[in-house]
Amino acid sequence: MAPILELRDVEAGYGPFRALFGVSLSVGPGESVALVGANGAGKTTLARLSCGLVAPSAGTVLVDGEEVGSGRPSAWRFVRAGVAHAPEGRSVFASLTVEENLALSFHRAFGRAGLAGALDRAYELFPRLGERRTQVAGTLSGGEQRMLSLARVLVESPRLLIADELSLGLAPMIVDQVFETLGRIRAAGTALLIVEQQVGHALELCDRAAVLEHGLITWQGPSKEAGAVLESRLFETGAAR
Amino acid sequence: MSGAGGFFEDLFRGLLQGTPPGAVYALVALGFVLTYKTSGVFNLAFGAQAYISAAMYFKAHTLWGWPKWAALVVSAFVLAPLIGLVLERLIFRHLRTASAVSKLVVALGLSVALPELFNQAARFTAVAGRQITGIIPDGASVFYDPFGVYRFNRDELAMMAVALAATLLLAALFRFTMIGLAMRAVVESPRMTELSGINADRTSAFAWALSSTFAGLAGVLIAPRFNSLLSTDFFTLVVIAVAAAAVGKLVSLPRALLGGLGLGWLIAVFNTFLPRWSGDHTWLRPFQENLTPSLPFVVLFAILVLWRAIGREREASDPLSGVDPPPPALAALARHPKLTLFTRLFGVGFIAVVGSVVWFRAGVLWMHLVTTAVIMAVIYLSVTVITGMAGQISLCQGTFAAIGGFTIFQMADRFNMSVLAAALLGAGVAAAVGAVLSLPVLRLGGVWLAIATLAFAFFFDAVMVKFSWVGGGTTALLTGTRVPRPLVGPIDFASDRAFLVLAVVVLVIVSVVVIQLREGTVGRTLTALRGSEVAAASIGISAARARIIAFAVSAAIAGLGGALLSMHQQNVNYSTNFGPVNALFWLVIVVALGARTVEGAIQAGAAFALFEPLILKGDLLAWILRGEDHLPGLLPISGSWRLVLFGMMAIQFARHPEGLVEHGKRRASARINRWLEAREGAAP
Ligand SMILES: Nc1ncnc2c1ncn2[C@@H]1O[C@H](COP(=O)(O)OP(=O)(O)O)[C@@H](O)[C@H]1O
Ligand SMILES: [Mg+2]
Repeated sequence: MAPILELRDVEAGYGPFRALFGVSLSVGPGESVALVGANGAGKTTLARLSCGLVAPSAGTVLVDGEEVGSGRPSAWRFVRAGVAHAPEGRSVFASLTVEENLALSFHRAFGRAGLAGALDRAYELFPRLGERRTQVAGTLSGGEQRMLSLARVLVESPRLLIADELSLGLAPMIVDQVFETLGRIRAAGTALLIVEQQVGHALELCDRAAVLEHGLITWQGPSKEAGAVLESRLFETGAAR
Repeated sequence: MSGAGGFFEDLFRGLLQGTPPGAVYALVALGFVLTYKTSGVFNLAFGAQAYISAAMYFKAHTLWGWPKWAALVVSAFVLAPLIGLVLERLIFRHLRTASAVSKLVVALGLSVALPELFNQAARFTAVAGRQITGIIPDGASVFYDPFGVYRFNRDELAMMAVALAATLLLAALFRFTMIGLAMRAVVESPRMTELSGINADRTSAFAWALSSTFAGLAGVLIAPRFNSLLSTDFFTLVVIAVAAAAVGKLVSLPRALLGGLGLGWLIAVFNTFLPRWSGDHTWLRPFQENLTPSLPFVVLFAILVLWRAIGREREASDPLSGVDPPPPALAALARHPKLTLFTRLFGVGFIAVVGSVVWFRAGVLWMHLVTTAVIMAVIYLSVTVITGMAGQISLCQGTFAAIGGFTIFQMADRFNMSVLAAALLGAGVAAAVGAVLSLPVLRLGGVWLAIATLAFAFFFDAVMVKFSWVGGGTTALLTGTRVPRPLVGPIDFASDRAFLVLAVVVLVIVSVVVIQLREGTVGRTLTALRGSEVAAASIGISAARARIIAFAVSAAIAGLGGALLSMHQQNVNYSTNFGPVNALFWLVIVVALGARTVEGAIQAGAAFALFEPLILKGDLLAWILRGEDHLPGLLPISGSWRLVLFGMMAIQFARHPEGLVEHGKRRASARINRWLEAREGAAP
């Protein structure tokens, strides 16, 4: 069976700037991969590439063994193929209410009939959002905005979830809870590609790990071995965690 | 009619009378809000779209004799959405993540180009006095008088019904449907919308088709109210409707409806009572005469300035804007030193050759055109200061220029003042007006500032120009606003050559001033402000002072240029030169060619004055081919195609917001840089 997501020798960048140089990576059904690397290594770029926000300048991005769309990046095709992405930072529609933010995704995923149920699940996951359902998202606190953008993808339980720095800006207790939820949807069959600063958490959750350095994947293997590899690398390259 | 009832009956009649025009404003305001909400575009081309459908309807029904329903379907439900789709695909799709200001510039360009394009393509010319028969049978001749004080005709009733129905339907669309939500989401962040699994391209295509259909429908409904179909009337209607839309902060449909009706009522009530009051108070007279045309602009300006909640909210920014690469640096900054040297030499040589050809060979006409180009370049430098450096859109540069022109007219006419001194005085007066105007509008950013300045320009046009101490009153009517050429000692600038030299000297001085300003503290402050207002404020940079200076300097330059242009034409020629709509061209042409650099302004001046005779009439080609008989049959191209090309320029601008000249320079200099570096690398 073809992997859900496969990157083959992809290069990508911004304008004249190259951020990734020939990266190959695949995530199979039900598999979970932690992507680790220093700041500016290209993790976010790789995540954007994997969900169609950025187009590769060379190489191919395959979903279920097929190219998505033709040339132009179109994230919505990736989403419809079951690849969901929670971008880094405060990724919410600031002018829409909490409920409208969620409804936008849920209506497409569950239809009009499933909308109410999905909203309930989101508020169960993050009760704070339930209290603020009619508030405009732009006025939420940073942590609440993170919850909102996570609620969107966690409730949907897609076939592959790409999460970029999902714990950033969240209180430790909430982080634990988010990882618990991730474990649950993983058990239910969702594949994961996790970019995380808190390497410990991510390695614990995932079976595989990939190390990205200066736009290249320099190591891939079982996440149990990753800890030792990272330690030795940090000494060599001096890269900060 | 007066005395027929008490105060309250008159008031009631005034309100009823104001309702139909109020419904017209409301209809346009609703369309405006609809476009803004669903595409984020402050669509000044809305009037142009409405005009096209109205003209198409007129052509199909009145000229071709089609039945009304067929004409309506073709004009409002086929042509209008088609135009919307084409605009979306060619232009606005590329501008989705651009600033509101860039979108405004493009819409401005389209507001001029679209009607011309339609008129050319459909061979349509407005027939004066030939009114449109509306879609309602006997719309203008069957009346209803529900209260016994005012008679509504059928057209008016239909319009009011449509405005009300549109408000309800559209509000329901936004409140209860997914597509309504998706359209709002796309405006804020197309990428985030796509991450929700929604096709952003298709959503915004739908949004454009919808709002354009609405524009077409509004156009067909409104058209019977005009005596003859003119696109400028529709444009003015849009500016008026902006006042109504501003009541709803451009996003609320019910408030836009109320705003439109309120405006209609206000005007009607004033029209009822002001004539009586001004019988007792004579000082009210000039206001009474100009009130109706100017009231919407006064209201608009007042709303913007006095309503603190407006303009406060920042443009909601795309949380995924980090996906875009940063904008490239100015080409001049990334240039190889050899290339810089070469460009400079070439520039000097080019100017020397053109200068001497003009000096020794040019006839009267060409001398005139070149002088116009030089003066327009001076005026355009005012746009370079306010838009290029300060990043703010002012749509009243024509007014500042007119102030310069009127000052020398008044000074020469009344006090026999030397025109050169008067020109400096005019620049000073313009600067003062600019500074004063900048105070209340300072806190407004982006689109709001553009609207406020546009309101000011229309107000000046409707009221101030009518005063004899500005526009000359009866003197101007009888003899025109005549302006003499300057006379300095032995040099008489009545000679066209001498005047050209004067214009060039002024251009050089103003260019130096602009460059100095850019390199100095004010320029740096403005650059910092463009980057991020919040960051600039946090390191203690005062936005207010720099902005006021930018406004004042820009107004002074425009005033000086306006004075020069008036001297050159020996007449102020207010409406042809400086009318509020004409001056909109200026912004588009400068921004499209490059508002950041002095060259951009100079090239824009040349383009404005020389493009039509040189390229369209085929003079240059004739000169190259040695004789007009060899000209291909295509030439001369009609002058109004210039406006279409101008629209093309707006389209190009959508692709290259840094300006066309700058875009070309970047491409060329990148290529040459690479070549030079490769050569140096090969032979070290
Ligand atoms: N929009 C952009 N324009 C230009 N360079 C960018 C942009 N986004 C990221 N980069 C650069 O690409 C490189 C990789 O960035 P990123 O993928 O965000 O790294 P990470 O997520 O691993 O910290 C960095 O050097 C960063 O500066
Ligand atoms: Mg990152």
